[in-house]
Amino acid sequence: MNTDDGYITEDGRKIGGVVMEMKNITLRFGGVTAIKDITFDIREGEIRAIIGPNGAGKSSMLNVVSGFYVPQEGEVFFRGEKRPPLKPFEVARQGIARTFQNIALFEGMSVLDNVMTGRLTQMNSGFISQALWRGKAEREEIENREICERVIDFLEIQSIRKTPVSRLPYGLKKRVELARALASEPKLLLLDEPMAGMNVEEKEDMSRFILDVNDEFGTTIALIEHDMGVVMDLSDRVVVMDYGKKIGDGTPSEVRNNQAVIDAYLGVSHD
Amino acid sequence: MPDQLIYAMEVFFNGLMAGVLYALVALGFVLIYKASGIFNYAQGVMALFAAMTLVGVMEGQVPFAHLINAVLGTKVHHFGWHLPAFVGIITTVIVMVILAWLVQRIIFKHLVGQEPIILFMATIGLAYFMEGLGDMMWGSEIKKLDVGLPQGINLWIDETTYNIFDYGFFIDNLDIVATIIAVTLVASLVIFAQYTKEGRAMRAVADDHQAALSVGVSLNFIWIMVWSVAGFVALVAGIMWGTKSGVQFSLSLIALKALPVLMLGGFTSIPGAIVGGLIIGVGEKLFEFLIGPLIGGATENWFAYVLALLLLVFRPQGLFGEKIIERV
Repeated sequence: MNTDDGYITEDGRKIGGVVMEMKNITLRFGGVTAIKDITFDIREGEIRAIIGPNGAGKSSMLNVVSGFYVPQEGEVFFRGEKRPPLKPFEVARQGIARTFQNIALFEGMSVLDNVMTGRLTQMNSGFISQALWRGKAEREEIENREICERVIDFLEIQSIRKTPVSRLPYGLKKRVELARALASEPKLLLLDEPMAGMNVEEKEDMSRFILDVNDEFGTTIALIEHDMGVVMDLSDRVVVMDYGKKIGDGTPSEVRNNQAVIDAYLGVSHD
Repeated sequence: MPDQLIYAMEVFFNGLMAGVLYALVALGFVLIYKASGIFNYAQGVMALFAAMTLVGVMEGQVPFAHLINAVLGTKVHHFGWHLPAFVGIITTVIVMVILAWLVQRIIFKHLVGQEPIILFMATIGLAYFMEGLGDMMWGSEIKKLDVGLPQGINLWIDETTYNIFDYGFFIDNLDIVATIIAVTLVASLVIFAQYTKEGRAMRAVADDHQAALSVGVSLNFIWIMVWSVAGFVALVAGIMWGTKSGVQFSLSLIALKALPVLMLGGFTSIPGAIVGGLIIGVGEKLFEFLIGPLIGGATENWFAYVLALLLLVFRPQGLFGEKIIERV
């Protein structure tokens, strides 16, 4: 593991050592290479963004991190240890939580129940005692419930706690999904386009929540986003992808002045 | 009280008891459907297979005896032991869990994400396969199943009702036991689904596979668990029906009786399966008793289906099913 001590961000926050390191990752689907030889790291306590034009391989990258895709080549290091190819649920149990581009919530359950599923990996009392609601199970359920309620308060969704998720509007669903991911107290939180399809006001709310989560709980966050303005405001460091390759990596101001990035976004003639 | 009304009451109670048995079979369907969206056509055959295995184990039958004898020229049929019921039941439960594991491992693991109709077809294949397997393992003759459940008329009810109405109700002890067992089973399943971590994970899987994975739920584990529980429910249903009318092929057809129960109760509701079963049980017995004589009888064969059909017209999701709302 890279045990150096991190860096100080532009706004003066201290960032720790490397939490997750992707080394020479290549991912292919049949003949299509979605990700070509990409290397980058995510550090403790930072907000790391992955940006790029449509089809650049951003979501594929996030899916590699969360275990939904297994890369053909390359190595993944999580908290200093090399990670073998794992199933997505095993990755989740290691403390990596995520949200999805097209919201994946349990539509039939209430908001509270959805958030409580985020605690599934943290429960370990036997199922008989859970069924009987005795001893360890009772304490555990109360503890978990408290953590969930704190997250619900934090994200300001108290008023819809008992509402079935299927009745909620899009923006709130996104927030519930974030709440579920937060409830598991993740070591690394992955957000796949947390602001896609939102209006300006909702985007501002969501940005505030992401910053607050990072600030309040010190959660390490990696996110994909299209809205350049949002990305530049939120993130400490940015990876830029285009056609499956990494074309830039650095602080927002560094990336903004990178010629390759400008070309990729504005288009350049190849003659 | 007029005689007719007293008879009707007796018929009503008998209907309730019959309904409980329908509900038991329907419950197996609901469990698997809820957790994996698979309509398991093989549920009835599972009940038959479980009952056959139970009899085979208790009677010390050699599995695949005919096959072994035909290939090796031997004449083995029995191990020569008679095991107590609880040993037989435990062994059968183990067999059903292994079966659940195999079904998941060999069939459904490879069909993740396929259309529901394809999963349904796979269960039809599974049904015929298990039917053949059961015959090959234990032989196809009708077998008597006796795990020591009380049978015959309940004298206490007979006497009490005789003292009140001057007419003794005929209620079978087996039906009473079946009711008690079914109620216990349902109560424990509901508690399991609502209050345990595994139950919450099961509901999560039922709702959204991707989301379930992302909160750390193993789909494979949940599905094996659900098929095991469904296998256990099948065993209970198999014991009840097998004790009542012998372990024979027709036992697998009770699955068809569970269909109207499911339409009535909704495919996703455990309480719905129970209420649906009771309505069908009581409905068909009372209909036969009251209307049957007027139209020539044999209404029990079709009443349940007609009732289900009528309900489908007015409430397609069943009495307890989740309402389907589509946003435009």
